Amino acid sequence: MKKNKHRRQKRGRSISASAVDELQKLIKDLPCQRDLLIEYLHRIQDHFHCLPIEHLHALAKILGISQVEVYEVASFYHHFDIVKEGEPRPPELTIRVCDSISCCMAGSEELISQLENTVAKNIRIQAVPCVGRCDSAPIAVIGTNAVPHASVDKINKEIDAASTRDCIPETAILLNEYIKQGGYQLYQQLLNQPDNESVINSLEDSGLRGLGGAGFPVGRKWRIVSEQPSPRVMAVNIDEGEPGTFKDRYYLEHDVHRFFEGMLIAAHVVGVAEIYIYLRDEYAGIRDLLTQEIAALNTQFLMRRLHTNNSVDRFKQQNGKLIKKSGGGAILNLQSLPPIHLRRGAGAYICGEESAMIESIEGKRGMPRQRPPFVAQVGLFNRPTLEHNMESLYWVRDIVEKGSDWFSSQGRNERKGFRSFSVSGRVKNPGVYIAPAGITLLQLVDEYCGGMSQGHKLYGYLPGGASGGILPARLANIPLDFDTLQEYDCFIGSAAIIVLSEQDSARDIATNSMKFFEHESCGQCTPCRLGTTKALNLMQDKNWDIELLQELSIVMQDASICGLGQAAPNPMQCVIRYFPDEIKP
Amino acid sequence: MINFKLNGKSIVAKKGETIFKVAQRHGVEIPHLCYQDGLAEAGNCRACMVEIKGERTLAASCCRQPTSDMEVSTDNKRTLQAQKMVLELLQSDMPEKDYTLDNELQQWSDKFDVKTSRFKRQRAVVKNDSSHPAITVNLDACIHCTRCLRACRDIQVNDVIGLAKRGTNTEIVFDMQDPLGKSTCVACGECVQACPTGALMPAGEMGMIEADKTVDSVCPYCGVGCLLTYKVKDNKILSVKGRNGPANQQRLCVKGRFGFDYINHPERLTKPLIRRTDIEKTAELDFDPANPLQIFREASWDEALDYAAAGFKDIIKKQGKYALAGLGSAKGSCEEAYLFQKLIRTGFGTDGCGTNNVDHCTRLCHASSVTALLEGLGSGAVSNPMADVKNSDVIIIIGADPTINHPVGASWMKNAIKNGTKLIFMNPRGSELTRHATHFVQFKPASDVALLNAMMNVIVSENLVDQDFIDTNTEGYEELRLHLLDYTPEKMAEICGVSSEEIRQIARLYASAKNAMILWGMGISQHVHGTDNARCLISLCMITGQIGRPGTGLHPLRGQNNVQGASDVGLIPMVFPDYQAVDNNEVQQRFRKLWNVEELDRKAGLTTVEMVNHAFEGKIRGMYIEGENPAMSDPDVLHARVALARLDHLVVQDLFMTETAFYAGVILPAAANAEKTGTYINSDRAVQLGRQAVTPPGEAKQDWWIIQQIAKRLGLDWDYTTPEEIFNEMRQCMDSIAGITWQRLQTESVSYPCLNEGDTGEAIIFKHGFPTKSGKAKLVPASIIPPDEQPDNDYPYILITGRQLEHWHTGSMTRRTKILDSLEPEPWVAVNYRDALQLGLEEGSSMRLETRRGSIETLVRLSDNSPTGTVYMPFCYFEAAANILTNAALDPEAKIAELKYCAVRVSKVKI
Repeated sequence: MKKNKHRRQKRGRSISASAVDELQKLIKDLPCQRDLLIEYLHRIQDHFHCLPIEHLHALAKILGISQVEVYEVASFYHHFDIVKEGEPRPPELTIRVCDSISCCMAGSEELISQLENTVAKNIRIQAVPCVGRCDSAPIAVIGTNAVPHASVDKINKEIDAASTRDCIPETAILLNEYIKQGGYQLYQQLLNQPDNESVINSLEDSGLRGLGGAGFPVGRKWRIVSEQPSPRVMAVNIDEGEPGTFKDRYYLEHDVHRFFEGMLIAAHVVGVAEIYIYLRDEYAGIRDLLTQEIAALNTQFLMRRLHTNNSVDRFKQQNGKLIKKSGGGAILNLQSLPPIHLRRGAGAYICGEESAMIESIEGKRGMPRQRPPFVAQVGLFNRPTLEHNMESLYWVRDIVEKGSDWFSSQGRNERKGFRSFSVSGRVKNPGVYIAPAGITLLQLVDEYCGGMSQGHKLYGYLPGGASGGILPARLANIPLDFDTLQEYDCFIGSAAIIVLSEQDSARDIATNSMKFFEHESCGQCTPCRLGTTKALNLMQDKNWDIELLQELSIVMQDASICGLGQAAPNPMQCVIRYFPDEIKP
Repeated sequence: MINFKLNGKSIVAKKGETIFKVAQRHGVEIPHLCYQDGLAEAGNCRACMVEIKGERTLAASCCRQPTSDMEVSTDNKRTLQAQKMVLELLQSDMPEKDYTLDNELQQWSDKFDVKTSRFKRQRAVVKNDSSHPAITVNLDACIHCTRCLRACRDIQVNDVIGLAKRGTNTEIVFDMQDPLGKSTCVACGECVQACPTGALMPAGEMGMIEADKTVDSVCPYCGVGCLLTYKVKDNKILSVKGRNGPANQQRLCVKGRFGFDYINHPERLTKPLIRRTDIEKTAELDFDPANPLQIFREASWDEALDYAAAGFKDIIKKQGKYALAGLGSAKGSCEEAYLFQKLIRTGFGTDGCGTNNVDHCTRLCHASSVTALLEGLGSGAVSNPMADVKNSDVIIIIGADPTINHPVGASWMKNAIKNGTKLIFMNPRGSELTRHATHFVQFKPASDVALLNAMMNVIVSENLVDQDFIDTNTEGYEELRLHLLDYTPEKMAEICGVSSEEIRQIARLYASAKNAMILWGMGISQHVHGTDNARCLISLCMITGQIGRPGTGLHPLRGQNNVQGASDVGLIPMVFPDYQAVDNNEVQQRFRKLWNVEELDRKAGLTTVEMVNHAFEGKIRGMYIEGENPAMSDPDVLHARVALARLDHLVVQDLFMTETAFYAGVILPAAANAEKTGTYINSDRAVQLGRQAVTPPGEAKQDWWIIQQIAKRLGLDWDYTTPEEIFNEMRQCMDSIAGITWQRLQTESVSYPCLNEGDTGEAIIFKHGFPTKSGKAKLVPASIIPPDEQPDNDYPYILITGRQLEHWHTGSMTRRTKILDSLEPEPWVAVNYRDALQLGLEEGSSMRLETRRGSIETLVRLSDNSPTGTVYMPFCYFEAAANILTNAALDPEAKIAELKYCAVRVSKVKI
């Protein structure tokens, strides 16, 4: 019989024993769990400054999953650099320069091309989306060290000084200090004398709504989740990625334990077995802070199981006892502390969407889920989940201690409560400002931000980051709050305010936004995956095909799975409605 | 029951139904791309959008269930706009040329009048990937619906396809974005079957050719018995599609889907051949199957058949009828196998009284399992179908690797495991299943009895037995219990290489499971103690009462597509059809009457290996071998070849000039499975109809016609005209299938027993007792019998033989299939990494294997599936025939050879 005489290529790649060894060393302190996949990938990326394919293969082997299951997760997140056999590894040092709205307005594009021409060849320059420091635009992140008001000179100085690591912020109030200032007394009190109903009532009466952007009433959410079958879990969203938003970073830098206390109160009142905190990877110093302070909290208790322990029985309640510290240290008489797991994001704005974040915590691609069912009923690890933006928990202590009126009575123009406005762009003093809900942009800029920057005249503004649309100067006198901007095709979202002057182009801002959404789309559904890219293409035409863009917008709003696709057309729609001169043929 | 409004009409939805399914049920058409029956809903294409009154955005109807008083619109302005724009967006990135005639995106676009796309094409240029011989990847036609991903990850659980990167860079990838041909893809083709736009197609642009007709049939390869549909054009098979049968539900594997072109191979026999008188018969194989005329000459059918029959008659006259034997086929239809054994039993003799010297390849396969089952339970077939694992809480797979030989069966097992079923995988070698197993019990080869007895010892001593079941349904428990006292896990641990702790864990897991099933293969059966091994499995099952319900029982995984059928219709020396003993008076009466003869032989005949031994010794002088290849499949094959060469008269009936045909005096060209109509019985006891799709080439004929022609020439007055007639005669002597009509088989698969017309048939048996004389199961204790030839200083390694996914058994079909052979064109032997290091062997280096029976050279494949001290090779490569090495020592009761264990010496070949 004639033989087919071609040497058969062996099916699939062979495992590298040395890669297995190296990998095992890197992750030996972690339990072997499928949902820790992204944590393992970080270990590899941090060590090798890339993900060599042999190590991904080894990881698949160790976890008992297929190669593609590891690859599809690793390739989803932009902070991971997969390197295949024979391919060159990227340089060890990367400088990430933000090219989102505020930094772009501050000249980041020019900065990027200058850097590309001047910096050493063994340093990689990457344009990246919003890194959450818009008040100091433009930002260049050298390694994990964020350089505010970056310039080529400044950057070179930092490189020369080998400053490539972000540190724990000096402004941070650590555990002992927080306790000295009266912290955790409320939590302690609620543990000793539970009063769930009154806490929930307080929150409901205050009118506090979710501060990540969706605005779901906080008290009602606690009520709904507490009625679901146990075990229930909690997921805290610190993926803060909306261009223009940096309030969560601000609060964490200053008063992290106030957030922790709110979080623990929520866990106790709602009855939560485990807490997962999801932190965007760009906040490296905050990550060290959280790790340190969570450990400090844990050492205050006798824990039967720490979250790093190997024998995991996920959903058993933990009970701890008091350790009296000798020598006048802080005394805590806390009875219980659920396990608190800190999980790193890996460069994906979409993981700020609650169900995508949950997928990411489960070690998967950050693709939003179909709803219903809602995460309150089927969420993290398929359990009922209490999901909150970090700031929503930050205010729990104040509202319970000071009463719901304290919150609801603040407000202007017939609105209730207050917001933490992240203000950036053409104002004298960008930053985080707590101001009454319902304040107008004119009032905000005037009373809090020191007015417009020198030589800049107000032209328009973004009331809610890239998703919230763009309004013209003539509409700078409308109250800024939930529910007040819908009629203008805008929304407040996370209250990320970017102020534009006549030196700016709304069309360019809209194009920058659409590029951002195209870049950050998870790619799951047709209207967003193809809609963002087709829209961007149309927006780059000199003359916009307004009819087609509007048709496309409607379908993106109607048929996308999640808020990213639904909101992506907003800036573009606003240009058509409010800045027609910029797109006139 | 949920009442809601659909397009203004009041509709009732069943509980759990999605809006999409309800609409479908009522004939309301909603465009859809990522939805496919059988796959979990993904909701990503967004083509099936509907408006639900009161909701801010539209909803994906495939992912929503209606609630009371919901008002849904599938076709108002808003929904149509969304549905159409989704199609328009996708169309904008589709390639100019079509890859398939069945492009679902195009079909919906036509229906919904989406003619062109107003959007510019923006998909980056995509090179097509033709690296895989079976499947072409055209990602420029991909719409990211992930049907292929769900087919690969959820249905077949091969876990090769994934969705990588994100946004507009989102891409379907294989492994770690490897070319398909370099990936771990096993070419089951589930993804090809799932893809709506031709992004994944069978290689060779088959998708653009219009078929003349489609023919529903059954796969010719393994015992799963997948139903399929042939697409035929100009009397040639274009492609194969999975069809919905109880065993496969539209799934197929690489062989069934891509292994059909062997029937067109140029080496196909098209004319009868008679050995040239000027050519000496040698024992050593020396032939070119492409040039049979070097050894044979063409003849007419009459000449060839006359010659064949005359040779048999001659031997009957000279040496007596016991000098003849027949080997029938486990690949042909039941009708053919039935006629074959009837021929031997009525024609290989005088006056209608022949012999029982008839057997088939089950002797090399599950003979020991069947012997033990008949002895213990009164029935040699499975108790529960393979797919029933979905109802099991625990499954034991022992001595088998279904991912290789029963891939679609394995997909059911993987599905069950993903759904919570626990797998105890007991095998000396690792497998794709290892990572799915709760327990991977890697015991020492041939130590099954020690291990299984130890497990039973635990179950008895920890009081995990089902005493009620034992008392009601078994005999011999007390003797077994006493026997087991010695087999403590601590004592057996050293012998079987499994820790006592693990033995205890798995025993407890199996015994205390609500429903547990045992599936097994050649690792159990192909040993000198194969019957004992099977006895232990039966005992293990009986003492825990894990039988007679869904998700329980005993399933010996039958290998060939019709080995169950061939056994059932009596291709066995000890029994007539339906396992009726040849020496039983009533049975004798029944068959004499039916076959219209005075007498039938009462003596049990020779089994396969015995026939060969007798031929070697000159006691058997003539053989009729149909669709079998003992010159490749028999153990100690050099010895078998000498035996075949010594025959005075050998008639071989086959598709190709096989190694066995080399020794023939006359070769009769026969029809392949796709060229015949007949019934086949799969491992689940389901009787299924295979249909002729194309005509046999040249003068090749149907096997049943050939057998009848020989019968006539031997004086039997047979006049069958159709396979249906033969089937109806079978029903008269086989109670198990008496109730199945040919008519019913046109549209259904029927599991026997089906005693009366109108009975549904029974997938699960032994629900109330067993078909033994007492109605109870007989428990037979087993003691440790060592393998026949253990490793020693001269031959220090253990040789394990087996199969591989891409090839079938002796390779006569699959080595002649373009795709399958290009996937695995060369012989190989798996060597453990550490052993290889010591022996100085590398991947692909040449290696010699020697046993006391012969030696071969082959290529090394490094594997961590093989434990140290063992090597593993498939027996499908004629150029490195594994059976040259194997040991023909037989299990005394079942007469099956120890193909799974012998002592071998391995060495590097110096170039």
